[in-house]
Parts: sequence; structure tokens; C-alpha cells
Amino acid sequence: MIDVAVVAFAQRQEAAISGESEVEFMVPLMEQAKAAVGLTQSDMGFTCSGSSDFLAGQAFSFVMTIDGTGPVPPISESHVEQDGAWALYEAWVKIQCGGIDTAFVYGYGKSSPGSLRDVLATQMDPYYVCPLWPDSYAVEALAARLMLEGGHVSEHRLAEIAARSRASAASNPHAVRTESKSVAEILAEDYAVDPLRPSDLPAEADGGCAVVLAAGDRARELCERPAWIRGMDHRSDAHTLGVRDLTSSASARLAAHYAAAAGDKVDLAELHGPFTTSEHLLIEALGLDEDSTAINPSGGALAAHTMMASGLIRIGEAASRIWRGDGDRAVAHATSGPCLQQNLVCVLEGD
Amino acid sequence: MSSEVLQAPLVLEYPFTRSTGPVIGAFLTGLREGLICGIRRADGTVLCPPQEYDPLTAEPLTELVEVGQTGEVLTWAWNGDPRPMQPFDRPFAWVLVRLDGADTPMLHAVFAASAAEMSTGMRVRVVWRAEREGHIADIAGFEPVRARKTA
Repeated sequence: MIDVAVVAFAQRQEAAISGESEVEFMVPLMEQAKAAVGLTQSDMGFTCSGSSDFLAGQAFSFVMTIDGTGPVPPISESHVEQDGAWALYEAWVKIQCGGIDTAFVYGYGKSSPGSLRDVLATQMDPYYVCPLWPDSYAVEALAARLMLEGGHVSEHRLAEIAARSRASAASNPHAVRTESKSVAEILAEDYAVDPLRPSDLPAEADGGCAVVLAAGDRARELCERPAWIRGMDHRSDAHTLGVRDLTSSASARLAAHYAAAAGDKVDLAELHGPFTTSEHLLIEALGLDEDSTAINPSGGALAAHTMMASGLIRIGEAASRIWRGDGDRAVAHATSGPCLQQNLVCVLEGD
Repeated sequence: MSSEVLQAPLVLEYPFTRSTGPVIGAFLTGLREGLICGIRRADGTVLCPPQEYDPLTAEPLTELVEVGQTGEVLTWAWNGDPRPMQPFDRPFAWVLVRLDGADTPMLHAVFAASAAEMSTGMRVRVVWRAEREGHIADIAGFEPVRARKTA
């Protein structure tokens, strides 16, 4: 295996970025990440992006963002209709294939022009489920009741997760839900979609992020303390909700196993849990110990959920903390699909 | 720079026709006729709604079987804010309902006056639309079955 590290990261998340297109807000972010390590687009061996043409409402919308990278002379690039974390996975595989020692990865989404929770109904089965338009909060609420009534989690525990996210997000300038609330205050909230309360739901945001990957000695040149990718894997559960056990996350467990997440101490974990229920399942599936691991020090996706970027932001947040020496070993996670259908786990370590 | 947001109409289109195939097509045709079918998996259990391939093992599935029109609510979520495309224009419950004779649940709606009428394990019955066209919404939704002993 070729050692690959995250060496630069830039992000922007706001409740709504109304005056700028995706390309307009991504160009400065992409420049910021490259400038952080003194590279330009022509230095990148490979470029890969994650975004949603469907969300943008325009076929091949991602091509305009590629133009924003400054792809002259022509570049080697790819795109995934997935969270940027999966673009990072593709770039990591590309580096493993040899011949390049840098890659540029970005992900972005602007969901505020529509109702994201309703748009996400379109990712469900197109014959049996989507035509009924069950929104993403409702689908998670179905899983939440199974968890609550099956004794897998309590409302108090979910409120603790929500309160922790709010407290951590207070020091994150990119978080959009930062108002402190106690467990009691959260439990006093009226249900949004019974049995989920407003604080159980993701704080939706517009934005994106950009990451630079580098291999071996190149990474050491570019970054004082590279965040080395020591393991990475992604897995998927069935699309059909009815055959899944919604009270656990089999694919997250598998991805964590193959990424060897539990091989050593974990100082911090950045988990892409859009809902408190998802964060609870992920802590279990990844085998994390909340006494020894800081869970979502950024506040996580509960504090700012940017469609197509939240997963890659988790990797960037975890890497940033390794650069700063806040930890030596971190687990970052990304998800996609209803009820944690697809999961990616990335283990990062400092020297 | 002006902060005014420029707006223009955008009509999203999906100008393709898809065939629903031998299994999903059979299910949808069944709905038009007022019956619901599932499909038997290799382990003998019945998947409803049916799929052409087993979602877990990828084995091709072919044995369609009719299932009941009553079933059990395995979980529910209260939708107090129904939106135009959804099954009901007043607050209702989303459910995963396992029909009698099936082993897996389907997602649909239960017409109930309030969340207080809903409970996990409750029995519900299909409410058919009067005019059916071979579409999942031919099932208008489900209604609670009032306690009644069956022989």
C-alpha cells in the first residue's frame, strides 16, 4: 500500500448561501485548500468531486465546477454522484494505482432552494416508495420508533447526543446550530415528526469543502504532521427498507471492520450522523467508547448538514485535529441513503 | 454586488418510459385488480412488495404469492405536516406494515385522527382507491381495524 495523507482542507457551511451559485462559492474554497499547501491545479495528479446534479436541478452541473478548478492544461478528473467522501475514496484508489502523488477532492451541495427532506424521497424505491413521498425525517422516524420501543435507545440518550452536538458546535465557526440546550430543554421540545424532536434532526446547510491528498514524502514536504489514511472501506445495505434491521447498521459495522477502526485507541471520531438516532447507531457499529473518544468535536452533521459534503467534511475535521496535535488517531465516517444505508469509514493517524 | 436573488422557472422532466418487468409489473397489475402479491424467497419467506431479485442474496425470484389485505404495524411516525404529493391531505401516520402472509413490511400510510390512535402492533386494513391504474397509490392507505374477534 502507498501511504496517503490528508494535507489540506477548507470548508464553508451556512444555513443558506443565497447570493452565489455552487461554482461561485466553490472557487474560493478550492483555491484556499490548494494555497494552504502551495499547490496549483496543474500540480494535482488527479481531481475527483462529489455533488448531485439532481439537487442542482441541472444535468452535468458538476462540469461547470470542474471549470472552476482551472483545468488548463487538461486535467485527469472524475466525479461521483455521492458525498465527497466517496470522491476521496476514488482518489485514494487512484493514488494506490501508482504514477501520481497528489490528488484534489471536493464536495458541495446547495439544498436551500428546495425542501431537502422532500427531495430525499426520490432516493427511495421508484415504484413502491418514492411515489408516496415519504420525507427523510419520516423515514428516520420509522427507524427511531423501532429503536425506542425495542429498547435499543432512550429519548434521554438521544437528547444527550443532541445537547453534546450543540455544545461542541459552539466553538465551530462553520456550524449553523450552535445554540446551547440542556437535555431537559430538548426533551421539552414538541415532536417534529413523532418520535423525533427538532433537535434530533440535521441542521441543513449549503456549502462545500475541498481536500488535498498527498502520498509518502510528498505529504511530508507539504504538511508538518500529515493525517495518514491507515484504513478506509465503504459498504452498503439493501435498498429495500423492509429487509433491513433498522435498529443497527450492518454496513457501518462491516466498513469499520475492514478499515480496522477498532485496532487501536481512537482519540476522536467525526461521525456523519444526520440524526441523533444515526449517531447512536454509529457509535455502536464502530465500537467507539465515549469515555476515551471525543465524539464529533465539530458538532457533526446535527450542527451543520451539507448534502454531498458532510461526509468529506468529517474527514477534513478529523484530519485538521491530527495536524493540530489534538489527537493521534481518528475515525471519520460518511453516510448516504436512507437510514444509514451506505457507510464509509476512514481511519487517520499522525506520526 | 446586489443581494437580490435572480429567479427563473425550471421544469424538471424525465421524458422516458420504463417497463416495470415481470415482478413489479405483476404487483402493480394486481393492485389495479384489488389484490396484493408478494414473492417467495429461497428460505420460504415472502417478500412484499415483491422484487425480481432477493435484496440480500441477489437470487432471482419468480414465485408470486397473494398476501392478505390486513396486517400489523411494525413501526409508525406521525406526519403532522402533510405535503401535496403525500397520500393524505390531513395529518396521518407513516407506517411499516407487514401484511398477513408476508414476512417483510412495506412503507405506506395509515389514516388516523391523531397520534393517540396509533400504536405499534395495531392491525390495519387496506383502503383501495375507487379508480385504480396499477400504481402504488392504488392503495389509498390503511385504516385501523377495530377490535373484532376472527374465528
